Amino acid sequence: MDKMPKWADIVLIPLISLLLAAFFSALVILAIGENPIEALNLMIDGALMRSAGWGYTLYYATNFIFTGLAVSVAFHARLFNIGGEGQAMLGGLGVALVCLYIPWPHWSLSILGASVGAALFGALWALIPAYLQAKRGSHIVITTIMFNFIAAALLNYVLVEMLRPVGAMDPASAKFPDATHLPSFQDMFSTAETPLFRGAPANVTFFLSLAACLLVWVLIWKTRLGYEIRAFGQSETAAKYAGISPVRITVIAMLISGALAGMMSVNTTMGESERLILNSTEGAGFIGIAVALMGRNHPFGVLLAAVLFGFLYQGGAELALWTSIPRELIVVIQALVILFTGALDNMVRHPLEKLFIALRRRNA
Amino acid sequence: MDFLTLLQVLDTSVRLATPLLLACLAGLYSERSGVVDIGLEGKMLAAAFFAAAFAFYSGNAWVGLLAGVGASIVLSIIHGLASVTFRGNQLISGVAINFLAAGMTVLAAQSWFRQGGRTPPLEGAARFNPIELPFAIGPNDAAAAERPLSQLIAEAGPFQQFYSELISGHSILVYLALLTVPATWWLLFRTRFGLRLRAVGENPAAVDTAGISVVWLRYGAILICGILCGVAGAYLSSALQAGFVKDMTAGRGFIALAALIFAKWRPVYALWACLLFGLFQALELRPDIIENLTGMKVQVQLLGALPYILTVVILAGFVGKAIPPRASGEPYIKER
Repeated sequence: MDKMPKWADIVLIPLISLLLAAFFSALVILAIGENPIEALNLMIDGALMRSAGWGYTLYYATNFIFTGLAVSVAFHARLFNIGGEGQAMLGGLGVALVCLYIPWPHWSLSILGASVGAALFGALWALIPAYLQAKRGSHIVITTIMFNFIAAALLNYVLVEMLRPVGAMDPASAKFPDATHLPSFQDMFSTAETPLFRGAPANVTFFLSLAACLLVWVLIWKTRLGYEIRAFGQSETAAKYAGISPVRITVIAMLISGALAGMMSVNTTMGESERLILNSTEGAGFIGIAVALMGRNHPFGVLLAAVLFGFLYQGGAELALWTSIPRELIVVIQALVILFTGALDNMVRHPLEKLFIALRRRNA
Repeated sequence: MDFLTLLQVLDTSVRLATPLLLACLAGLYSERSGVVDIGLEGKMLAAAFFAAAFAFYSGNAWVGLLAGVGASIVLSIIHGLASVTFRGNQLISGVAINFLAAGMTVLAAQSWFRQGGRTPPLEGAARFNPIELPFAIGPNDAAAAERPLSQLIAEAGPFQQFYSELISGHSILVYLALLTVPATWWLLFRTRFGLRLRAVGENPAAVDTAGISVVWLRYGAILICGILCGVAGAYLSSALQAGFVKDMTAGRGFIALAALIFAKWRPVYALWACLLFGLFQALELRPDIIENLTGMKVQVQLLGALPYILTVVILAGFVGKAIPPRASGEPYIKER
């Protein structure tokens, strides 16, 4: 049954896929007339060698942890939730409503309220596709794609027609009250002598995302529900035979997934912009797919992959600032990671499996 | 609303429906053969860029079209490698292709033209210009009479208005796209290749047993899909608009996917679905018309979201049932 040792499956294959993605990215950089080594140095300098760089890297990573966990929880139930983007948009709406209409005395309470609002709205947005998949057999990938577009239209409508303050031009809500301001890393770790994370948007939500990693790990591997989700994902017929209701698992897995995607907005909407803007998600919902694939659907893997993508995002911004490489390079790298770790997984896996079988024969 | 305004709206609908129709038929070939393709958007986008870039360099829209089709085919082959040869997840491959196109087009546009991710505007023969059908009132008549075209058409009789405004004056790709519908119907339902293509999407094992290669059939379908997406992309950048701008497909690949489901994977229904969605897009541009017609203020956002909402309703099975080809999305594994 086991063609390969476990470490090869968990470490070697993602590593080779990642190297392939990196190799092709380097080719792309070469093709547009820049030096890939210099580009990498610049990215490391800008993203990791200064505390402010880390502040941005971890801010982006926070988003990707949430969306990556969202995709991976759904993956465990063999559901492809491509609607993280829409769920995160709706999550932002939940955050905005909670922050604008409830008078919070202190940020520590407001972040709890905003998390509940974000999770609730995100989960609700995932509920309809989940229900349609479970009850009526509509393909969840198509419905969640459609719901991304519907979410964008809905958010546009709500911002322009309802939440926009009178007289304002840009489609955005009013600024949240000061009591909902989340402490940034600068607030938390800087002292008078050594200013740290100056101006960076990383904030206390990062720790919330770490807690989410832990909770998802407990949920998937230590609870009955998690066992049922995994069993359902492995084999629907076997799960049914064991008395697991496919409708229940599909709906619950998608609700959790939607809630996680929605909570990303606590970081962007409450932690950074402090008001609801039209494009606060910036494609993070889709990056969750790459993060989940690379992290092999394990919360710890998701954490590592999210930090890597945070680094790529911040490094990419630095590149756009100092060289003629546009930010879209990150989109290409993201595509290559999805391609090699997701779609072309077998291209790496099959030769490796053959190699390990051959090695075993020789040793035997 | 008067007759001429109606004609104008329908005229815009046809223009906007054309890329949807081409992409929708592209998806139809792919999905009928059992390969789900959510990468239509990416293929169109890549084709739009390469078509505009090569049309600009050569000054010839047909050269651009070829380049666009070539770019689209390259992405198709990647999708084929991932989903047929290496039997990977077709949805994930489609997602990757969409991002690859979104990123690469901007990167290449910036590197070649340095205009912030766009190509220079296309002029003259670098674009597919409107064709004036015989006996229609067109710009030449207007020049001869030294009066504006809109005035001439307004004075003509209703049939001439219908003919000149709606039927005549589109680029050749519009007529080509419309011809693709009967051609697709014929190919799918009246030829041996079509029978095999449909069979491989329903029951690949049976096709394999009959001694026909599942792999080659699917690659064939993917190739046709690439060609049609390429034409759709070229139409966007060198006929509908004059040049490539970043993310110019703007979700059309997904609307085409929606139309495909709406049409229940049938070519003639696909035409009606795409015309309907084209009409929504045309009305999105002219909300004043609906307001005059119904006397109510209409939300533009709602019109924009209507194709997606309708697709969800169809998928939910409330208005007829949309059943995809049975083997679509599943890689075929030959038993050993």
